[in-house]
Amino acid sequence: MTAETFVQKPKALADLRAEIASGTTRAADLAASYYERIEALNPRLNVYLSLTKERALAQAERVDALAAKGDPLPPLAGIPVGIKDVLVMRGAPATAGSKILEGYRPPYDATVVEKLEAAGAVLLGKLNCDEFAMGSSNENSAYGPVRNPVDTERVPGGSSGGSAAAVAANLAVATLGSDTGGSIRQPASFCGVVGVLPTYGRVSRYGLIAFASSLDRVGPFAGNVRDAATMLSVIAGSDSKDATSSTAPVPDYAAECDRPAEGLRIGVPAEYFGDGLDPEVRAAVERGIESLKAAGCNVKPVKLPLTKYAIPVYYLVATAEASANLARFDGVRYGHRSASSGNLNAMYSNSRDEGFGAEVKRRILLGTYALSAGYYDAYYLKAQQVRRLLAEEFLRAFAEVDAIVTPTAPTAAFKLGEKTGDPLAMYLADIYTVTASLAGICGVTVPCGATESGLPVGMQVLASHLNEGTAFRVARAVEAARE
Amino acid sequence: MSERVTVDEVERVAELAHLELTPEESGHMLHDLNAILDYVAELNELDTHGVAPLAQVSELFSAPGGSGLRVDGRRPSLERAIVLDQAPETDGVFFEVPKVIERQ
Repeated sequence: MTAETFVQKPKALADLRAEIASGTTRAADLAASYYERIEALNPRLNVYLSLTKERALAQAERVDALAAKGDPLPPLAGIPVGIKDVLVMRGAPATAGSKILEGYRPPYDATVVEKLEAAGAVLLGKLNCDEFAMGSSNENSAYGPVRNPVDTERVPGGSSGGSAAAVAANLAVATLGSDTGGSIRQPASFCGVVGVLPTYGRVSRYGLIAFASSLDRVGPFAGNVRDAATMLSVIAGSDSKDATSSTAPVPDYAAECDRPAEGLRIGVPAEYFGDGLDPEVRAAVERGIESLKAAGCNVKPVKLPLTKYAIPVYYLVATAEASANLARFDGVRYGHRSASSGNLNAMYSNSRDEGFGAEVKRRILLGTYALSAGYYDAYYLKAQQVRRLLAEEFLRAFAEVDAIVTPTAPTAAFKLGEKTGDPLAMYLADIYTVTASLAGICGVTVPCGATESGLPVGMQVLASHLNEGTAFRVARAVEAARE
Repeated sequence: MSERVTVDEVERVAELAHLELTPEESGHMLHDLNAILDYVAELNELDTHGVAPLAQVSELFSAPGGSGLRVDGRRPSLERAIVLDQAPETDGVFFEVPKVIERQ
């Protein structure tokens, strides 16, 4: 198969909303045109796993009725949005990219799904991802890999590969993904779109199929920084159904994008620019840093010497938590039950063996091992101690600077199959993203350039806890310099 | 690559995790676990004596406006029929599983 390109930038959210408000575009027609494009391109890209047409069209008609009456419209009125298949929508398939959840129809909506619909969004369907959000290339999906719309021979990144590719190919105006170690930022970088890692607790996770609960976050993808900010303002906020959700007030993040970045102190950590960074990626990120200087930012070096320990800490903490979270998939209450269930133990282990893919099993085993008697202190406890040191290192850096900029990933999108034989090489694709995951801080990845062959490169802008507004301002400055 | 884990240990951990591995899968997992554990052994370079483990990052920053705990009150749960509709096997009242205690 030869490489093809299906890149198309979605219209800006505010422009679409204005068209719907004025009646020049009907939300129902807009949704129908997105479904036509999905039907044409999904066979090539494998972005959507299922469509929620009935629900989408009913919502679009509600929006059109409001617009016809001249009523004020909510912030996402009529905007076509896709949802990563780890978030539940009542009655719609929710596979988490796994065979073990084939046929499952959750009986409730995730809080972020409720919030998006209350804001007028039209939810088109569920997006492909690595199984249980475990992967960096989307090749671990039980339903086949997503292809990168920039170059269909390449991976879209993972685990939210479908969410990133949907925006890149204009199969949605914006999408939701989840990020545990880089699963929003890395695919956004690979597909040339904007992706947001909100602060831990900023967005409710009620209705998110859990992977690693001390790390999991829900966040948006969009075609530009301002639209991503608008999406975050809608989905952020406290939720009585998620005890880890923050009660901090939610700012108007889109308004933050309009504030100039001039005078902001930007830290550049040398640890993110060392061996293993592709020279073309480095050059693109350095051009992005130059544009911040030109915008009046005060760019200076910061030290984050513990960075190299982040991947080991991440893979111990995340797998330990995953081994506990995935214990619920046992063939009893929902999902797959093996036909060979002669006794209870056979039912558990055969259902899980048939339902889980290789990477999920690998992580469950590693996590179970790290938590097992005799190894707990050496692995899990040690990882949690180093996690504190890593987080404190960031807090010290943020006393000196307002934001930190790094490459989002060490390379641009790699080829399908290139890393599937070597789990450790795949894990290193997250080397620049896991640190923020462990520290609980927020970040935005914004396209800052491309390689010579035209593959997108993302710059990661990190800010301290609950300072998403600052990350958006910096990301917007990088974006504005390229317009 | 050092032998941190043996095939017996892989099988014991698989049993704890309710995973049934074929001999081929056990071999692959043994290789991958040893490679990963070798890599994470880097953490031993760091002295973490006296460092409190960090289980939840929320403690690093506090948000204004309350404790975050919801009122501990009664609320309706999902209807039984809706929940059991997703069960692989059910009699309409309970989830059904294979017999737990076998008669000799």
